[in-house]
Amino acid sequence: MPLSGNPIRSKIRAATDNAVTGLAILATLLVIAPLLAIFGYLIYKGASSVNLDFFTKIPKPVGEEGGGMANAIVGSAVLLALGTIIGVPVGIGGGIYLAEFGRGTKLANAVRFTADVLNGVPSIVMGMAAYALLVGPQVSWLPFLGHFSAFAGGVALGIMMIPTVCRTTEEMLLMVPHAVREAALGLGVPNWRSVLSITVKTASPGIITGCMLAFARVAGETAPLIFTALGNEYWSLDLNQPIAALPLQIYKYALSPYDEWHRLAWAGALVLIVLIVLSVSLVRYVTSRGVLKGAS
Amino acid sequence: MGVGIEVTNLNAWYGTNHTLQDINLHIPANHATALIGPSGCGKSTFVRCLNRMHETNPIARVTGGVKVGDVDIYADAKPVEIRRRIGMVFQRPNPFPTMSIYDNVASGLKLNGYRNRRVLDEIVEKSLRNSALWDEVKDDLRKKSGASLSGGQQQRLCIARALAVDPEVLLMDEPASALDPVSTSKIEDLIFELKSQYTIVIVTHNMQQAARVAEKTGFFLNGRLVEFDSTHKIFTNPSDKRTEDYITGRFG
Ligand SMILES: Nc1ncnc2c1ncn2[C@@H]1O[C@H](COP(=O)(O)OP(=O)(O)OP(=O)(O)O)[C@@H](O)[C@H]1O
Ligand SMILES: [Mg+2]
Repeated sequence: MPLSGNPIRSKIRAATDNAVTGLAILATLLVIAPLLAIFGYLIYKGASSVNLDFFTKIPKPVGEEGGGMANAIVGSAVLLALGTIIGVPVGIGGGIYLAEFGRGTKLANAVRFTADVLNGVPSIVMGMAAYALLVGPQVSWLPFLGHFSAFAGGVALGIMMIPTVCRTTEEMLLMVPHAVREAALGLGVPNWRSVLSITVKTASPGIITGCMLAFARVAGETAPLIFTALGNEYWSLDLNQPIAALPLQIYKYALSPYDEWHRLAWAGALVLIVLIVLSVSLVRYVTSRGVLKGAS
Repeated sequence: MGVGIEVTNLNAWYGTNHTLQDINLHIPANHATALIGPSGCGKSTFVRCLNRMHETNPIARVTGGVKVGDVDIYADAKPVEIRRRIGMVFQRPNPFPTMSIYDNVASGLKLNGYRNRRVLDEIVEKSLRNSALWDEVKDDLRKKSGASLSGGQQQRLCIARALAVDPEVLLMDEPASALDPVSTSKIEDLIFELKSQYTIVIVTHNMQQAARVAEKTGFFLNGRLVEFDSTHKIFTNPSDKRTEDYITGRFG
């Protein structure tokens, strides 16, 4: 009996199809709902305090009205830039090693295991580790060591980015079809060249997504910065000095007993999220411009 | 100029699967040689041994000798150099998905460090014309990705990519299996033209195609080379019963 012949069966099939589609839509809504709720609440609580001063002024002492988080915004940018400079190259390099050169070796398995463990380590523990390594030791002839500094904060964020970047890079590289690697080898391209110019390039959209995930994740980190960058009420771009950061400022203001500071904390959280979304979108836009018609 | 290939006692394995057993043959320079045989008999494995692609599979192993011109490729040469001299068109089209059509064709040269833009332009056009693809893609060379072409177009793109590096030997593993009759006959014309300059080895399931383009034909069965002779002899008066059964369609 042909499958399509029975009208009852085909009705059941259509109903199943609708039900599954409906479930998928429901799941999507459930995923988006918390995000929208958080965002809406931030706007409700914080939007009124987001003004020009917020982006141009540094914090005012207790009791004085106004002030902003300009130094914290710039500080976060410095810390994230430093973190990205450390985390992305090391992470991508590690991922390339895992997927292309070290496949099946003991070292690769150890690195993969370590990265997974590192990924699960609570950020406060990472902060303490960074403190013990960078802030605690008093080595007078080495710069940047022995005290709280933007440098220590950036390194802490960079280290936290490494496992995510490393493992996504590996997974994206492993998804590149074997036929594509063969095509490169068949042209007499040396393996290292084929890895860098063909495999990594083919996987680059996924690798970039991984980097953005890692970036967005550490952009909101507070705990590791408490032990390293410390925070700063004043302007500072000195890598050797404590530096302000949005999450630190939000943390401090939110815990304070003052209503004015609470409002600023909400505004800070809103600005932090918007800036993360903006920078991720910017990277996506820039990296998607070169993509060709039909490229997968 | 093409060079001849001398294969002696070639054996190949995938893990414990003894895929090729004691293959001996001489592939003449500047001729087309066809390889036929039922699916799974080892034709692809054999051509992959001729440019040391077989060993890129971690479970694969190969013994015996392959001499291309004067060079014993398993003894005196690096795989990378060998693959540059011996081009390959794979059974399944495999263009670089993130590269434009132009970059796909130029990739072999570019990846080996060649940069002269004017010369690259010329080579890309010539290679695409040779593979009968130029007219279909000349307006989208840099706009479209290699992956956006149809299967048959992708295969011709891969042929162009192999031609662009100007190899001495061209290995073609069923280059026309995904092509329509018009493109197929274009590819056959191309093989005809190319064999004055290159040595061509072509795997095919299409007997008429073997008969049309190749001077020599080898019949593979279960990992062995059953018969290797002039194409005319193979198709009109084969010495081996199994060859006769295969070409007359009695099995396979
Ligand atoms: N990557 C691989 N791993 C393991 N075994 C393989 C692999 N590729 C091929 N084989 C085995 O090697 C044997 C020969 O395969 P090969 O691809 O050379 O056949 P073929 O003659 O090209 O067939 P077809 O006409 O279908 O392309 C087959 O038994 C196949 O199962
Ligand atoms: Mg095959």
